[in-house]
Amino acid sequence: MALLQISEPGQAPEPHQYKRAVGIDLGTTNSLVAAVRSGAAETLPDIDGHHTLPSVVHYGEQGIDVGSSAKASALIDPGNTIVSAKRMMGRGLEDVDALGGVLPYRFVTDALGKSEGMPFIKTRRGDVSPVEVSAEILRSLVGRAEETLGGDLDGAVITVPAYFDDAQRQATKDAARLAGLKVYRLLNEPTAAAVAYGLDQGGEGIIAVYDLGGGTFDISILRLEKGVFEVMATGGDTALGGDDFDRLVARWMLREAGIDESSINPLQLREAMVEACRVKESLTAGSEVEVNFGEWRGRLSRAQFNELVDPLIDRTIRAFKRSLRDAGLKANEIDEVVMVGGSTRMPRVRERVEEFSGRQPLTSIDPDRVVAVGAALQANVLAGNKSAEDMLLLDVIPLSLGLETMGGLMEKVIHRNTTIPVSRAQEFTTYKDGQTAMAIHVFQGERELIRDNRSLARFELRGIPAMPAGGAKIRVTFQVDADGLLSVAAEELSTGVKSSIQVKPSYGLSDSDISRMLKDSFAHAGDDRDARALLEQQVEADRVVEALVVALDKDGQTLLDQDEYSSLLADVESLKQCRKIGDAKSIAREIERIAKSSEEFAARRMNQGIRQALSGQKLDDLEEF
Amino acid sequence: MAITVTIAAARHIKGQLSRRGKGFGIRLGVRTSGCSGMAYVLEFVDVVDEDDLVFEDHEVKVFVDPKSLVYLDGTELDLVKEGLNEGLQFNNPNAASECGCGESFNVADAG
Repeated sequence: MALLQISEPGQAPEPHQYKRAVGIDLGTTNSLVAAVRSGAAETLPDIDGHHTLPSVVHYGEQGIDVGSSAKASALIDPGNTIVSAKRMMGRGLEDVDALGGVLPYRFVTDALGKSEGMPFIKTRRGDVSPVEVSAEILRSLVGRAEETLGGDLDGAVITVPAYFDDAQRQATKDAARLAGLKVYRLLNEPTAAAVAYGLDQGGEGIIAVYDLGGGTFDISILRLEKGVFEVMATGGDTALGGDDFDRLVARWMLREAGIDESSINPLQLREAMVEACRVKESLTAGSEVEVNFGEWRGRLSRAQFNELVDPLIDRTIRAFKRSLRDAGLKANEIDEVVMVGGSTRMPRVRERVEEFSGRQPLTSIDPDRVVAVGAALQANVLAGNKSAEDMLLLDVIPLSLGLETMGGLMEKVIHRNTTIPVSRAQEFTTYKDGQTAMAIHVFQGERELIRDNRSLARFELRGIPAMPAGGAKIRVTFQVDADGLLSVAAEELSTGVKSSIQVKPSYGLSDSDISRMLKDSFAHAGDDRDARALLEQQVEADRVVEALVVALDKDGQTLLDQDEYSSLLADVESLKQCRKIGDAKSIAREIERIAKSSEEFAARRMNQGIRQALSGQKLDDLEEF
Repeated sequence: MAITVTIAAARHIKGQLSRRGKGFGIRLGVRTSGCSGMAYVLEFVDVVDEDDLVFEDHEVKVFVDPKSLVYLDGTELDLVKEGLNEGLQFNNPNAASECGCGESFNVADAG
């Protein structure tokens, strides 16, 4: 017997037409699943009434555990209990090592202590990758949702941080596929939060999403225009969250109680942290709270607490300012501020954010659930459960995509903030005479030189017919699907020779690297321009030298007298020298000079070429020219 | 002629209405479709039609159009929990058979 939900007027679904669609917030610490029921999006609780599922998987003797029970195993069996798998998604072992160094896991490595691609963790149930760990979390959420909604899920929208790159997004999709879950699309977390508040219906404006969670802080500046969310800037601090606030309160408590922090054991320290957390949470509603630690009794007022934690909030405001600057905006240009993450319940955080942005932050939706709620709203639209006039949310790519051209330059084919899905093609040509293969090296990033950007993939187009340099026409097509995943194809147009690659990115880039890449591109804009100009001139100089040397070899003796010949040779040498040591301007001048000095030689070669072409032909044939 | 609502169902409906922030009550209806001929409609009511019949039970207003009432008369609306799943169930004395999932039903010889 089907259990019916109350629908919005006129929207009762046809029998068997309703598609069960969910939004999933796959978090580092906690995950949630939400769905639209009776016209409203809500997170779905488990049988015990808990909405959040700790993102912890325990590979036990008896079987695989997910959530609270797995979290309990973290202390007893840390090596087989995987926490924070999200931080390892789409990363290489070197990056994971850099994340903190002290992860209690045994990673699978080869004889040299290296590993290919993402790290595999040794557990008693075999080697598992972060993708498999995430798949277990997804399976658990899907099971809960299917039980709650009374049937198989049609699909899901899964949220990812705005700064997630291709590798991390692909890893997230892989996890869903492993869990047997159809992904309608991946959605940026800040975008999902904005959608939860219905801001996508509001037309346009600048939206700041302030996300202060248990262990991380993220700030995102979004621009909404014609239903398209553009991520203008992201920033934050991967080591700042609610735990740090607890630590400050615990320190204060120990100081007041006259206890030396170094003299207490880990268990007492844990007790202190638990009490600190309770005190912090009580002060959200109360103005003063009693504090107990062992024998000691004390009181902490809201005002004292605010003073304690202000330095931490200062750090978030500074990151907020930086992101605004990156986006080229001022605080008074912000139209809405959305609060995400449990730590934004602290009244002081709200006060400070309001004070800085001049906007009252949106807080009416539970900040722990708001991302999942937004994802559920999108999932409901994508499943086709809502009427067609509901806007489909569009997304943009976070970093530019392009390829390497001669001299190590980045040629951007799709620029950042282009709405997806998108397909762009650009024509390239060969650099050398008789070149029959071309390496296509795909990069992601904003910098002008490929060495400052991130390599995503490389492949070769072979079988280009031998032609003079610049003769071949190679069309390279970049295609990004709705999830932000890239495929690149190259085709030589005269022969139709093709080659393509689905970007399976070489894993390995840390959170801070990604935000750094964006920031660097702003900070180094001037250097990059100069470096690009220099490289361009160097490449041009090489081309001129090569062409002239070939021409001199071939026709120098016959068309030039000895003086002319040695003078041109000297010019070539001087250009070579200048290419090595000169700046862009001086190389350009030198190229200009040699172009003039070789003009006569070029003219004679041209005439000779025409004479040769014409010799032996009748006038009749020529008329057709 | 009557439609009734159990206490549990009434509490659920009132909760949904207050969370939604608007609506006079709920609409029950049937339309022809689905695998067994008829399908139930269950919606919030923002606009009342002048032909609507209104039943009130446990402080919940239930609106039914006259055409649907023929198939729904005597129906009790109940709240049912099956594990995590929770929703409203039509206990309809007119339904002769239902499809396996209960989303649509058939009436015994209406003549």
